[in-house]
Amino acid sequence: MTTLDATLDHPRGGSAAALLRHATALARRSLIKTARTPEALLDVTLQPVIFLLLFTYLFGGAISGGDRAGYLQFLLPGMLAQSLAMGGIALGQNLNADIEKGVFDRFRSLPVARSAPLVGAVAADIVRYLTVCVVMLGFGMLIGFRVQTGFVPALAAVGLSVAFGLCFCWISVWVGMLVRTPGAVQGLMFLLVFPLSFGSNVFVQTSTLPGWLQWFVHVNPITPLVSTIRGLLIGGPVASHLVVTLAWMAGLLLVFVPLALRGYARRA
Amino acid sequence: MTDLVVRAEGLRKRFGKTQALDGVDLTMRRGTVLAVLGPNGAGKTTAVRVLATLLRPDAGSAFVAGIDVLKEPQRVRRRIGLTGQYASVDEDLTGTQNLVLIGQLLDLRTSDARRRAAELLEWFDLAEAAGRMAKTYSGGMRRRLDLAASLVGHPEVIFLDEPTTGLDPAKREDMWGVVRNQVTQGASVLLTTQYLEEADALADEIVVIDKGRVIAHDSPDGLKRRVGGLTLRVRPAEESRVPDVLRILDAVAAPGTSSSPDTAAGARPGAVSVPVTGDTALDIAVPALRRAGIEVTDLALHLPSLDEVFHSLTEGVPAKELV
Ligand SMILES: Nc1ncnc2c1ncn2[C@@H]1O[C@H](COP(=O)(O)OP(=O)(O)OP(=O)(O)O)[C@@H](O)[C@H]1O
Ligand SMILES: [Mg+2]
Repeated sequence: MTTLDATLDHPRGGSAAALLRHATALARRSLIKTARTPEALLDVTLQPVIFLLLFTYLFGGAISGGDRAGYLQFLLPGMLAQSLAMGGIALGQNLNADIEKGVFDRFRSLPVARSAPLVGAVAADIVRYLTVCVVMLGFGMLIGFRVQTGFVPALAAVGLSVAFGLCFCWISVWVGMLVRTPGAVQGLMFLLVFPLSFGSNVFVQTSTLPGWLQWFVHVNPITPLVSTIRGLLIGGPVASHLVVTLAWMAGLLLVFVPLALRGYARRA
Repeated sequence: MTDLVVRAEGLRKRFGKTQALDGVDLTMRRGTVLAVLGPNGAGKTTAVRVLATLLRPDAGSAFVAGIDVLKEPQRVRRRIGLTGQYASVDEDLTGTQNLVLIGQLLDLRTSDARRRAAELLEWFDLAEAAGRMAKTYSGGMRRRLDLAASLVGHPEVIFLDEPTTGLDPAKREDMWGVVRNQVTQGASVLLTTQYLEEADALADEIVVIDKGRVIAHDSPDGLKRRVGGLTLRVRPAEESRVPDVLRILDAVAAPGTSSSPDTAAGARPGAVSVPVTGDTALDIAVPALRRAGIEVTDLALHLPSLDEVFHSLTEGVPAKELV
């Protein structure tokens, strides 16, 4: 019994390997669900496309004084960032629904790290953020967007976008642990994401804004992300914006991962 | 190694204004079935969730398989299987995918997880539905998949929260078979139920809880003695024959009791019931009714309902004598 106990109590390959293995298995679960319900991808496919069309053709002319093509170059990197921030909302909703349905009770009664179900779900979201990038760039090019830097910077922009999505979505995960219904997750997250994505440099040059709003734009984590992606896609300074963006990403993880884990543990 | 696979003392848990557990003590011997019997809101699910490491109690201690649930929950989790009250299968996954995922989370190699999944699906009569999404399953199929999920890791202690609620009578008996089978294979099973009949059929010991407190812990026989055992209930086709039925049933009444018009809550008038000591009463009553030419529309042996159990346990008098 003691030898059996010893093998029972120690996961194969140590606890880090176990977390990786369990999170991978749980990420696969999320991906199977996504593949079964492709309509769950509308918010990272059709929705960004509609926004892009809306802002390019409806408002673009007015905002840019007639230079639609130039405005698209300015707008698309920003809309990519906005879509990433919005793309994370569904994750919190899904986790909230899973918890209400009792699916997570089963995971919690199994000998996996407390963080595994959340880490697995977040990891599976990589696919959604990659989809956002592909759809935005692909459709953007169709209507006239041109990458003015090169393949490698563009690839770096995609990599940074996905990484930022993975950090930002922990806010949504945390909210998903706190509130009672998936609808409430969406409501709260919209309240956060709307001011962040519109109160930024996504749609207009910051210099056109009143002073107090400029201040908000400068402390908004979306702003350095947009500036970095812009630099990587259409040229301009990158390094200084990238540093600030990375700092924000680290900050988001440091604050919201522990908050989400604590929320998950408390959710009985 | 201790003989007790579940040992809980003084468990207390409060949700807002509700004292869900108000000092619960529980013990279960290795290799036995313990039934936790109680009405809605008694605290059964709360107790199971504490023992299965899902919920921290406000006070009290609990050991499962000799391990402290509060101090080493991960070690406990390697030794238990849980089927919660509400199906926790993943609806968008197939039966196989549900079970393989659990196998992987239990550190089985994927090939072993697949083999175990196939074995369990076969055993629970789900082999044909194995490749279908669980959302296409009937309620009973989900319940069985949920039960299968709790057995993937060959757990030493199995917690089943109302495992047969929502199952048809045949599937309920199948489920009982599964529980007995697990016990012959060396597992210990703690299950909750609202039916004395089920507890009687399966359990070595029964714990009755009400409003977060244990009000009885006994063997099924001991409990039945305290709550009045079996009742034979007969409904003659013609209500005018009730006096004859009363006379005939008096002959099989348990010592010190007599037959009486059935006044159980909600019962339609015109039936007669009598406390009996065992099913041999049928051997006497049925021929006697025949001889007297009494046609019956209903004749059945009943265990006391949960209502009656509670009534007698809380009043301290067998329910029958109160009538
Ligand atoms: N998460 C919770 N939040 C608030 N109250 C709760 C919670 N869980 C249980 N309760 C309350 O605690 C009491 C005991 O609930 P519990 O689910 O343990 O009962 P039960 O015996 O399993 O009942 P049932 O037969 O209906 O399943 C009930 O009054 C219930 O409303
Ligand atoms: Mg319950």
